[in-house]
Amino acid sequence: MLRYALRRLLMILPVLLGLSLIVFAIMSLIPGDPARAILGSYATPENLAELRADLGLDLPAPQQYLVWLGNILQGDLGRSYSLNRPVLDEVLERFGATLILAGTALVICIVVGVAAGIVSAVRQYGWSDRIITLLVLVGISVPAFWLGMLMILAFAVELRWFPASGMTAVYGGGGVLDILHHLVLPALALAVVAAGVIARLTRSNMLEVMRQDYIRTARAKGLGEGRVVMRHAFKVALVNLIPVIGVQAGFVIGGAVYIETVFQWPGIGRMLVNAISTRDLLLVQGGVLVVAASYVLFNLFADLLQHWLDPRIRA
Amino acid sequence: MMAFLTLLARNRLAAFGAIVLALLLLLVLITPWLPLLDPDVTQPANRLRPPFSPDHLLGTDALGRDILSRLLWGTRISLAVGIAASLVAALVGSLIGIVAGYFGGRTDNLMMRGIDMLMAFPYILLALAIVAVLGPGLMNALYAIAIVNIPFFARNIRGVTVGIAHREFIDAARLSGKGNLRILTSELLPNVLPVIVITMSTTVGWMILETAGLSFLGLGAQPPQADLGSMLGEGRKMMLNAPHVAMLPGLVIFILVMSINLLGDGIRDALDPRLKSGALSRPAPITRIRRQPGHADSQDGPDDNALLTVDELHTDFEVGEQTYRAVNGVSFAIRPNECLGLVGESGSGKSVTALSLLGLVASPPGVITRGRVSLAKRDLLGLSAGQLRKIRGKDVAYVFQDPLSTLHPLIRVGDQLIEAIQLHQPLSKVEARKLAVELLGQVRIPNPAQRADQYPHELSGGMRQRVGIAMALANDPQLIIADEPTTALDVTVQAQILALIQNLRDTQGTAVLFITHDFGVVSQVCDRVAVMYAGRIVEIGSTAEILDTPRHPYTRRLIDCVPRLGEPDNEPAAIPGLPPAANALPEGCAFADRCDLVEPACRRGDIELIATDADRRVRCIKPLGIADPTTQGVTT
Repeated sequence: MLRYALRRLLMILPVLLGLSLIVFAIMSLIPGDPARAILGSYATPENLAELRADLGLDLPAPQQYLVWLGNILQGDLGRSYSLNRPVLDEVLERFGATLILAGTALVICIVVGVAAGIVSAVRQYGWSDRIITLLVLVGISVPAFWLGMLMILAFAVELRWFPASGMTAVYGGGGVLDILHHLVLPALALAVVAAGVIARLTRSNMLEVMRQDYIRTARAKGLGEGRVVMRHAFKVALVNLIPVIGVQAGFVIGGAVYIETVFQWPGIGRMLVNAISTRDLLLVQGGVLVVAASYVLFNLFADLLQHWLDPRIRA
Repeated sequence: MMAFLTLLARNRLAAFGAIVLALLLLLVLITPWLPLLDPDVTQPANRLRPPFSPDHLLGTDALGRDILSRLLWGTRISLAVGIAASLVAALVGSLIGIVAGYFGGRTDNLMMRGIDMLMAFPYILLALAIVAVLGPGLMNALYAIAIVNIPFFARNIRGVTVGIAHREFIDAARLSGKGNLRILTSELLPNVLPVIVITMSTTVGWMILETAGLSFLGLGAQPPQADLGSMLGEGRKMMLNAPHVAMLPGLVIFILVMSINLLGDGIRDALDPRLKSGALSRPAPITRIRRQPGHADSQDGPDDNALLTVDELHTDFEVGEQTYRAVNGVSFAIRPNECLGLVGESGSGKSVTALSLLGLVASPPGVITRGRVSLAKRDLLGLSAGQLRKIRGKDVAYVFQDPLSTLHPLIRVGDQLIEAIQLHQPLSKVEARKLAVELLGQVRIPNPAQRADQYPHELSGGMRQRVGIAMALANDPQLIIADEPTTALDVTVQAQILALIQNLRDTQGTAVLFITHDFGVVSQVCDRVAVMYAGRIVEIGSTAEILDTPRHPYTRRLIDCVPRLGEPDNEPAAIPGLPPAANALPEGCAFADRCDLVEPACRRGDIELIATDADRRVRCIKPLGIADPTTQGVTT
């Protein structure tokens, strides 16, 4: 297991490298002078020259990439001109808020999606299956940002159960309960799409597993249907579902961009949207790099978890 | 194509989606000719009118523009952008997939690594990065969404292409001197196209949602141009005092995407052959039983000594309109401590017979339509799932053919045994474990205590089958049903397993129903044999007699298949021809087409099992070695 983990860890190095290469390539697509694009049209010629030297823009492209990569590896993601603070500080602060939101949403969509998928598979073609199938379709067809607004209108404006925006109360907020209270609506809105996808895949996976020979063996032993489903079938389905959940984590993080905008959540998605409209490209680059790298790490974790749970590949 | 359309129409949800989508498409196409107000004319005096106002059916937005007109024009843009994005993604992605899959090797490796890199990004994030660089705008949003969807197409299409690229017709085309380009366009593309269409139908909804999302964030359509997403984004600013401005475009996006997804799912299902065959349905806990009352079900008087009596058992597989008669009237009895062999080619219905006894035939598609199965005079087919569960694994236990697929792959073998024990015996976990280890020792597994902690894949094939047998023994059953327990094993292991079963009968007095296709095995373990063909027993009697003087031509051919030691001239003769299809059984003898001795009378009427000798019956009008069967034994 340890050896496998180390090997997988080594294997993500090229992925991370490729990732940085893509980001670098995208960033060098910016038309015109990047230094001017970064500093804006009011920059002085001295500032521009300084930044150009800083970014190594006078060097050939491969060398530029190495300089750029070297800076990033030292934790230097540059300075945000619109916020006037180091990109890394801002990104890490915002990323924390996103992790709280996306993490909660991920837990919700796994629990709800898996439960719905199991019920749907066990009651295949029955009424609960039909209702869940329809709900799943609604879930994956509904624009999350619109759903968020509907939830604000219903639960924040009409019923006044939950706050409509922000992560903490403006006055005297910040406690765990306060954050939880603010978290309910955005986390639910964010969880809907992924819950639908997970429910769908859980259902098809359970149906697939239920046809396997070892399920017939379990029944031939005289095992009750509840334990056939939960102990024998779900155990295998879960192992198959872990990579799916890893992929869904990417969709949840992506969806956070919309939900953070709708609910004014101070996360990295909203930061990115603002940074794009103010053309603060270093901030965009830093945000994208950090989120993408942590997504790669999350999938590594999912992969290791699957290996740990499945003795067949664990050996 | 017609069949596909009928299937699609039969799926009511998909049909509904298709109708809604068609209506939307129609509306959007005729929008320029509809008597609508100009979507871009502002009327500050008329701002934020609620729906159903005079002149403005759906009200007006913050600048006094007519929402109905803007919705229709916006839907036009959203749809056009979504479809364009999915076309671009399909074109580029499929091209990558086809080239990578067709050429393989280093090209494939390089391209797919690139695709993996793209997929390492969270989906929307990459789109954001692209828009950040290109600048906000509808076209840029379109490119961004298309690019992030390329990997889906590339991967799907590559998978299909790899499957096709090595098929004979491609090789043939290559040998005939066609160039790669010609092969790709004329041979490969037509086969890959359906997959491209399916992938498009399942992703276009997504792409509409995502472009709407970018517009919603202000990164897509820029004023005065407006798609549904940007209308929603503008409406958000006045969400509290005029919610309709934001809610209506959102609703249209939802309806649009929902109808596309309904249709897309319908298309996918209609093209999936597994759905039609029932291969995707969950087997019920017990086989469906649909016995019509009033069948005179007994041929003989009940055998009072029998442990298990099977009487006129019929099991069908109902797949679509077709009915496959897998078991077509099977009767036999097993006495305590007796071993009955059930022999036949694969597909003769022997396994289905065995599984029918305790309702383990997967249904759908399996249905038991007639017959009785009595265990100590109790009709098993009349029991509820709960009652049957108490018998499964306790009175009657199964040993299945392939222990690698029949043991649970993720549960330690000891725990699988403990589970079987605790189901029917009130033992603590510690006691059950002790018994499990004992059982493993009893089936001669070395180091049973350590083996108990291993997973099935860590054991050898013979060892796994011993575990299967140990599990069957766990609750001292009266009857063990062994379904080809030695077929997957090599000969020495096979002999050990057979000895083990023999030993069981001697020490525990267990009765065995032994299913095999191998008469060689039968001669070693079985007291009596029933030979099955096309779902029916064609001959039944004591092993020695049947081996000595087979009465049915089919039995004779089966016995001839067994190679005999010291008789090199005795070539195992495969039986020419194939058994009849179970959904089109012929009249008369099912073996007639493959029989050397066939005559016209063989193809008429129903041929009954007739008694030829004492305790010996055969389903043939001209049994071997008997001049005129009607003067021998009694017709039943």
